[in-house]
Amino acid sequence: MASKHIKDHRKEKELFLNRTIISIFVGLLLISVVFIRLYQLQVVENEFFAEKAHGNRINIRATLPPRGVIYDRNGRILAENKTAFQLELIPEQVKDIDDSLMRLSNLGLIDNESINSIKTEIRKTQQFKPVTIRTSLSDNDIAKFAVNMPKFSGINLQPRLIRSYPYSEATSHVVGYLGALSKSDLIKLNRSSYDPNEKIGKTGSELFNEDHLHGVPGFNQFIANARGREIPIKTDSIFLEKKAPEPGSNIYLTIDLELQKLATELLGGRKGAVVAIDPNNGEILSLVSSPTFNPNIFSNTLTTNQFNELQSNEDQPLFNRAVLGTYSPGSTIKPILGLAALEIGATNLTRRHVCKGFYSLPGNSHRYRDWLHTGHGSINLHAAISQSCDVYFYEISNEIGIDRMHQYLDAFGLGQKTNVELTGERIGLIPSTKWKQNMFRREEDKIWYPGETVIASIGQGYMLATPLQLANATAALATRGKRFQAKLILATEDPINKEKKYKNSTQLNDIEISNQKYWEEVVSAMHNVMQGNGTAQNAGLDAPYRMAGKSGTVQVISVGQEEEYDETLLEERFLDHALFVAFAPLENPKIAVSVIVENGQSGSRVAAPIARAIMDKYLGY
Amino acid sequence: MITKSKEINLTNDRNIKSFKFDGFLFFTISLTCLMGIFILYSASNESTDVLIRQIYRIIIAFVAMIIVAQIPTEILRKLSPWAYLGGILLLSLVLWLGESGQGAQRWLNIGIRFQPSEIMKLGVPMMVAWYLHEKRLPPNLKELIFILIVIAIPSFLIAKQPDLGTSILVMAAGLLVLFLSGISFRYILSLGLLAIPSSFFLWEFMKDYQRQRVLTLLNPDSDPLGAGYNIIQSKIAMGSGGIFGKGWKNGSQVQLEFLPEKNTDFIFAVIGEEFGLLGVLSILFLYLLIIGRGLVIATQASDLYGRLLAGSLSLTFFFYVFVNTAMVVGLMPIVGIPLPLVSYGGTSMVTLMVGFGMLMSINSNRKLVAKK
Repeated sequence: MASKHIKDHRKEKELFLNRTIISIFVGLLLISVVFIRLYQLQVVENEFFAEKAHGNRINIRATLPPRGVIYDRNGRILAENKTAFQLELIPEQVKDIDDSLMRLSNLGLIDNESINSIKTEIRKTQQFKPVTIRTSLSDNDIAKFAVNMPKFSGINLQPRLIRSYPYSEATSHVVGYLGALSKSDLIKLNRSSYDPNEKIGKTGSELFNEDHLHGVPGFNQFIANARGREIPIKTDSIFLEKKAPEPGSNIYLTIDLELQKLATELLGGRKGAVVAIDPNNGEILSLVSSPTFNPNIFSNTLTTNQFNELQSNEDQPLFNRAVLGTYSPGSTIKPILGLAALEIGATNLTRRHVCKGFYSLPGNSHRYRDWLHTGHGSINLHAAISQSCDVYFYEISNEIGIDRMHQYLDAFGLGQKTNVELTGERIGLIPSTKWKQNMFRREEDKIWYPGETVIASIGQGYMLATPLQLANATAALATRGKRFQAKLILATEDPINKEKKYKNSTQLNDIEISNQKYWEEVVSAMHNVMQGNGTAQNAGLDAPYRMAGKSGTVQVISVGQEEEYDETLLEERFLDHALFVAFAPLENPKIAVSVIVENGQSGSRVAAPIARAIMDKYLGY
Repeated sequence: MITKSKEINLTNDRNIKSFKFDGFLFFTISLTCLMGIFILYSASNESTDVLIRQIYRIIIAFVAMIIVAQIPTEILRKLSPWAYLGGILLLSLVLWLGESGQGAQRWLNIGIRFQPSEIMKLGVPMMVAWYLHEKRLPPNLKELIFILIVIAIPSFLIAKQPDLGTSILVMAAGLLVLFLSGISFRYILSLGLLAIPSSFFLWEFMKDYQRQRVLTLLNPDSDPLGAGYNIIQSKIAMGSGGIFGKGWKNGSQVQLEFLPEKNTDFIFAVIGEEFGLLGVLSILFLYLLIIGRGLVIATQASDLYGRLLAGSLSLTFFFYVFVNTAMVVGLMPIVGIPLPLVSYGGTSMVTLMVGFGMLMSINSNRKLVAKK
């Protein structure tokens, strides 16, 4: 026990000293690592980190460019920017948010129902960022708020530019409307060019010309803390950059506002479309889809309910039938098929066929009916077009053959994109043996049957075309084979120096027909339709100019066929569509028109008068 | 027997005659605290509220230091096992019925809210020094194992709260006594080797956020807005400060709140941004003076207990400074160890100052012994 307790104090002290020295050595070693690191950060990499610290505190606020104005061909404004006032709430400046919202609601400035969504919005945003609680106040509302303003600290009236469409319904489909940025927009777009609260073109020209109309935003730099709150600058040692926005270009459409208004009026809310084209350059003079809607509500106070209502409306007012609707062209393609038959010798100028009111293929008892059950009797091509005799075309159908039908209809631009300056146009469908081969899976479905050629000859069966394509094809008949790409943009205008840049028309390949007589035969037959003994002679009465046209009345097979029909509407929904194509004047055509009235029952009685009225207006009668 | 009675006489004598105090230590600590107050004022965006509370704590801590300095070292030594056992008891109570704050259960409310883990920062080195005091040095294997258990129990209890930072500090304080006691390098080497497999074990034991901190250190840019954010912003603050700094209350990282935890764990980066390399070196120099003084006191201590305790307290203080600064400059993972005497916060300030009080007590003991 004694030996255990005998301690060598000197040795212990030495040992301790020894260990202390080691500790000091290790400690200095460790702290020098920190020193080296400090030197590296604060001396060697100082510039790099100074730059980073600067970047940290500099925030950029986009200054939005004014959106370009959209004009018609004569400089009438179709879409512009107007100042509207909105109410904005800055959460941190409002003492009692619930109470303030209640009182605003009592004044009738906000909806009771919107209070909850406003509160959610406030919870999501940072306390210092304004939340919009009501858009587009009326003058009355502004006055009401202005009087009570002292009682609403933290709630402000703010002017904002909103999009306005003065001819709202008449131009809704061709001009389009704006909407909030969607997730897919954010993926597509260069984020720096858009503010998250900004609106973007959603349909029509607003969508197609987004890049031109939008302009380039500028920016203001400001100092912000880690949460993004703006901090006033204490010293002027900090250089803050600024860049002014570049306003968007103005756009002139080829649309003639007067024609547009007239066509809208003539359709009168019925489902349908009217397209008018200048055949000499492809400029679209009018492009109307009906029923229509008021695009201004998209700039203002569109609620989810309103939007759902528009979307679920079974007449589909948001659907642009003129370029997205596909219809069986029916008899309106007879002039083109007549031309094809003459060119390839499936018939000639004099050959007659006897129409007994129906046609059967050799060795088959199935009857393909003519619309005139009593039959047209002995008839030539000229009369077959003007009387719209189906049997004549049944007779020559298999001599032309589906692939040559395809070839000629294709030459007139059917079944192809018109490349008009609108997004999402449909290509329609012109069938061929090859198409059927590729389209179907089962072997027996892949075969093209002669009976299918028969019904294709009167524009039914698989065949589909948009009203724009039909107007375009009619323009090519008017020019006797000269074709232009459909064009909706006349010019773009620099918003600052007002310099206009006109867009050239694109001429496409001519339609080659060996004998000019064939053109004149077909055009003359179309003339007869309106101003002779043809189907639409009533629509051509008392005209001071010569015109040509062709009617079509088709069974309802395309638009909305997949939809479930409301049974009470079933009858009306199954009524025939009325089609009419026309151009005028006969010798030096200035306008080509296509008209479709869904369930209109008769092309010559319902659609033809609309085409006539459009031509009258455009030609100044 | 004879020595004991003499000592008692001396003790009585001392109590009457002298007020125990170390001017050098007092001066350097005060200077550091004063600098800390200025820095905290800027870091807290000029909050007088924070400032007043911190000054209040500093005063309490200084009073505690002076009081502890008056306690004779032998009494401290005799109190050691009780402090340790009491600490263990309180730590167990924390786990059992403690109050939680910020996701961890660290607080105990007995009249005042405090963290029993703070007691262990002093309790563990006191206990180890007390145990070794009567032993022949260097300690043998049996003693080594006993000491390791003494250290491991509180470390484990604290780590379980979880408070990794304090657990590491407590462990360091105990191990440093062991090191200073002259434990053979053979054992140190074996302990080091043992640490490798146990670090894998520790990895398994760690919480997700703790693992994330380690991973973040290796590559802070992998998650710049999440776990790496602190370290990135702290490096930007440090680096952008340059040699001379941006000036008091002028650091954009600090004032615009890009730097997280700027009042507490990351206050060193505030010094770096606003006072630059010169400011950082000045405060580190002050720390080294304090540590140096502590080591001098340790080497001059009259008995083994005082020597070991003073040495351990000084080196633990160094450990504090090193871990915090290394963490702020991105050399070590983020563990919640504040910058001593400067970071905003109460309990650790008091513990530190009580430790300095012990240093002063040990120092006075030597003087008197020398006089005798």
